[in-house]
Amino acid sequence: MINLVWLVPLFPLIGFLINGLGRNTLSKSVIGLTGCLAVLASFIVSLGIFIELNASNTKSFIVPLFDWISAGTVKIPFSFMVDPLSALMLLIVTGIGFLIHLYSTGYMSHDAGFGKFFSYLNLFIFFMLLLVLGSNYVIMFIGWEGVGLCSYLLIGFWYTNSSYASAAKKAFIMNRIGDLGFLIAVFLIFTTFNSVEFAVIFPQAASMLAGDRALIIITSLLFVGAIGKSAQLPLFTWLPDAMAGPTPVSALIHAATMVTAGIYMIARSNILFTLAPQTLHVIAIVGLATLLLAATIAVTQNDIKKVLAYSTVSQLGYMFLGLGVGAYTGAFFHVITHAFFKALLFLGAGSVIHAMSNEQDMRNMGGLKKKLPVTFLTMMIGTIAIAGLPPFSGFFSKDEILAHVYEHNQLFWVLGVIGAVFTSFYMFRMMFLTFNGSFRGTTAQEHHLHESPSSMTIPLIVLAVLSVIGGFIGIPEIFGGGHWLQNFLSPVFAVSAGKMPHLTLDHSTEFILMAVSVAGALGAMLFAYQKYVKKGEVPAEDRIERGTLARLSYNKYYIDEIYASLITRPLDSLSGFFHKVVDKKGIDGLVNGFGKGAIEASKSFRLLQSGMVGFYIFMMVFGIVALLVYSMYKI
Amino acid sequence: MEILLLQIFIPLIAAAVMLIAGKSARSLAGVLSLLPLAVTAYMYVNFVPDASIQYLVNLPWVPQFGINFKAGVDGISMILLILTNLLIPIIILSSFKHEIKNQSAFYALIFFMQSGLLLVFTALDGFLFYVGWEIALIPIYFICALWGGQNRIQVNLKFFIYTIAGSLIMLLAIIYLHLQTPNNSYDIAEFYKLNLDSSTQGWIFWAFFLAFAIKMPVFPFHTWQPDTYTEAPTAGTMLLSGIMLKMGIYGVIRWLIPVAPLGFHDWGLTALVLSIIGVVYASIIAFTQNDIKRLIAYSSIAHVGLISAGIFAWNMQGLQGAMIQMLNHGINVVGMFFVADIIIRRMGTRELDQLGGIAKPAPKLAIAFLIIVLGTVALPLTNGFIGEFLLLMGVYNYNIYFAALAGLTIILGAVYMLRMYQKVMLGVTNERTTIFSDIDTTEKSVLLIVSVLIIVIGIYPQPILHISEAAISNLLEQVNQKILVQ
Repeated sequence: MINLVWLVPLFPLIGFLINGLGRNTLSKSVIGLTGCLAVLASFIVSLGIFIELNASNTKSFIVPLFDWISAGTVKIPFSFMVDPLSALMLLIVTGIGFLIHLYSTGYMSHDAGFGKFFSYLNLFIFFMLLLVLGSNYVIMFIGWEGVGLCSYLLIGFWYTNSSYASAAKKAFIMNRIGDLGFLIAVFLIFTTFNSVEFAVIFPQAASMLAGDRALIIITSLLFVGAIGKSAQLPLFTWLPDAMAGPTPVSALIHAATMVTAGIYMIARSNILFTLAPQTLHVIAIVGLATLLLAATIAVTQNDIKKVLAYSTVSQLGYMFLGLGVGAYTGAFFHVITHAFFKALLFLGAGSVIHAMSNEQDMRNMGGLKKKLPVTFLTMMIGTIAIAGLPPFSGFFSKDEILAHVYEHNQLFWVLGVIGAVFTSFYMFRMMFLTFNGSFRGTTAQEHHLHESPSSMTIPLIVLAVLSVIGGFIGIPEIFGGGHWLQNFLSPVFAVSAGKMPHLTLDHSTEFILMAVSVAGALGAMLFAYQKYVKKGEVPAEDRIERGTLARLSYNKYYIDEIYASLITRPLDSLSGFFHKVVDKKGIDGLVNGFGKGAIEASKSFRLLQSGMVGFYIFMMVFGIVALLVYSMYKI
Repeated sequence: MEILLLQIFIPLIAAAVMLIAGKSARSLAGVLSLLPLAVTAYMYVNFVPDASIQYLVNLPWVPQFGINFKAGVDGISMILLILTNLLIPIIILSSFKHEIKNQSAFYALIFFMQSGLLLVFTALDGFLFYVGWEIALIPIYFICALWGGQNRIQVNLKFFIYTIAGSLIMLLAIIYLHLQTPNNSYDIAEFYKLNLDSSTQGWIFWAFFLAFAIKMPVFPFHTWQPDTYTEAPTAGTMLLSGIMLKMGIYGVIRWLIPVAPLGFHDWGLTALVLSIIGVVYASIIAFTQNDIKRLIAYSSIAHVGLISAGIFAWNMQGLQGAMIQMLNHGINVVGMFFVADIIIRRMGTRELDQLGGIAKPAPKLAIAFLIIVLGTVALPLTNGFIGEFLLLMGVYNYNIYFAALAGLTIILGAVYMLRMYQKVMLGVTNERTTIFSDIDTTEKSVLLIVSVLIIVIGIYPQPILHISEAAISNLLEQVNQKILVQ
């Protein structure tokens, strides 16, 4: 099965081609079926690969396809790598991908661009699989930029709305800033290791000294790439805007898969990062700052998707914090559980928006519990999971990260727990505002309220089940668990693990840490309950003046405005200056000056200026001949 | 019969046929343009990708002056033959949408120019090279001056005088080299053998560089270009940007650096810096352009600047990147100007502000345009990525900071290209764009060819990279030897 790994990206590629070419001619049911089956087929193959890998003694396979680029000593093969990390990621991408495709057949059923949507979605899966499977940094980069393209296409899916189109452009450009970092890192990797193949680089790197200058630069540049793709400070502002895309897209691309590519890439390159402790330290700080910043923005947002978007940024921050303290397994664990509960929450939000006739402002919702029971129940499970309450999945992964953070730096741990408290608050706030209290929308909306069709609720239920049990793949030893995930991934992180201090927390400390964060989350939940259910508060209208802190949070710390005045507008002015002054007046003025000078100087030859082009050409030919004659006499 | 002579003279014969073809000139031109492509295909199939010169022709021409008709094809020339003969049919096909006055003259000039271009790309004799250089210039001058826009006369005169000035200086250098050879030859092999001192080579470097830098154009010799591209008829713009500017790039690889290796050693860095400045400078100007043709013109300056930077970095990656990117840039820029032409023809305006929402009434155009944009911004699995990846790697091998600066094109290119795409295709339609009709069969075929080339080269570039690899590596070796000996 592992030798057939090329089938995994091939199916969605075929799906893309069929739906892309037949988008206007095929019926919606054929399109939906093609799109779903393509991803389902990939999932089945991925499952086979996973089972085979699990049983095998060898834990890393290279499957070469063809030579892609070669120039001199640079040889870049198009080949795939199957190891525990990629095998798990394949399951997430195709598994959750399939559920979201299924959901989309219901959610997008009334959209005129149905065929286009499914072809883009399949194309996204294809590129995501290239990213995951690539056996070298350049193939990974194909996927890396390819998912960026699909993200661009899907954010701007409803392109007639110019602000959506602008959001798409912004996402692409911000990603490209990161991509430049990635690209230069690839060059540096090549000059350092003489290869871009993972299997060649990592063993070489393992023998280098910690703090090697080349490794620090490489990892910093790779991290710049991760910042762009995984929406961390300072390049995170595209992700909230990306909510312009259809909600299944937000669930698949902007929550479960693409945005975790940065974490995947760092986990893949773990040995390079382990030997660059300075970079790891920066990663931890950036992750921490991002998670706090985004969490404090999420608490005042009123658009249900914006809350989830900032929540995603914040959760990605946790993953980077985990990576930064060397908890590679923990960070990847959180990638998995987050994929379950955040996909669930987004799809749930989609179900709400679908029922509310495209309303996204929670101030106009309320009391939806009765009308959308399945959506409510499954979203509540997702909320409990993300809030980190045991024994749901988020609890295990978040606490694994936080335990490592505690050992690394206790201040970081405190800040991480504060972030968790905020998480619990904004999530329950979202739930209570949406589902409790009385309905605050229009009567037309109220009349239209309905639970979503089963194509949409089945994915919700499956993801809810996964959100409950997903954490059991990594039950820590303290609860008598064997931590299956850690064992499974150990070949990938083995060398790094040998160079990192092990977790030495005693059980009582670990219990106390867990108790503190769980208590914090419960407290925040109760506070939200008091505020939004007991007192029935509804967030203020936009025109109402807010206090300083609330205003800062509500306006996202004015970061977009700061970027506009510091970068965008100055560049536009520079463009105008270059064009009108430097180019037209300066350089071209000089060129024209030469011409004028020549004319002035040749006034006596005015008769020659007949204005006839033919005459000029004649003169030119004459000149050539004259030069020739001269050269002849020289002989 | 020498196949190379056939290759060079078929277009000349086609030009003659055009002059007597009268009303059927247009369709005849389409058919005849396929002949040189067929010859190239034959030459490609029988080409051995080693460093040798193949299909050599060496006939005495003006023997008393040491001038020979010496031409041949190695891997470097082969790629430019493919470029020229692939693009000319596409350019001719794309011109079918226009009502052209005096069409037999129009197509005759294109074929005439094609001969000149093929001569430039195969000449192994300095004088022959110069003749080809001027033969290529004169037709394009008339195409622009007779079929161009309102300011064509003034704009073209500047273009013409500017490039002529550059090439006359080059001619002086060629004649000087000729006089230095022991047996007064124009043979490039004799030029390569010369051992001039480094200050002389410095002058030769600059004489050639001016001619080539104006042609490409490299910053700050570029100010003729946006005006000329904007005023020229679309076929003219495509010829200029798709093929003709490659004369300059080719000249650097074939003549400038190997003939004056010590001059390159002393001044290559200056040229490299100018090229990189051009990348960033032209990109930033492209940000705020409101004229679609002018925007593409500035973007072309940026992209060509990167190719030039890759060459002056002088290593395998940079040079191989330049070779494949010459082809890619040709394909992409022709596609880009064709899309611009479709829009301008239908809307009667080049102003981005007056466009918008065209993706709605013209979804097929939207897809093709997007693919061309993606190729231009070098998305992986498009042709542009292969070129830019190798070029940036080449620049990186020279200096990491230069690579970071030149690499800005990855970001800046996305900024101005996506802005243009958004302003033209996305958003709501206005009363003029709402009646935009989608592409017809001819337009579809041009765009299909371009799109397929963009993707196929992006996925499987090896057959093209392979053509020039041996020749480039040989050239690199030869020049580096000379620099080392000194």
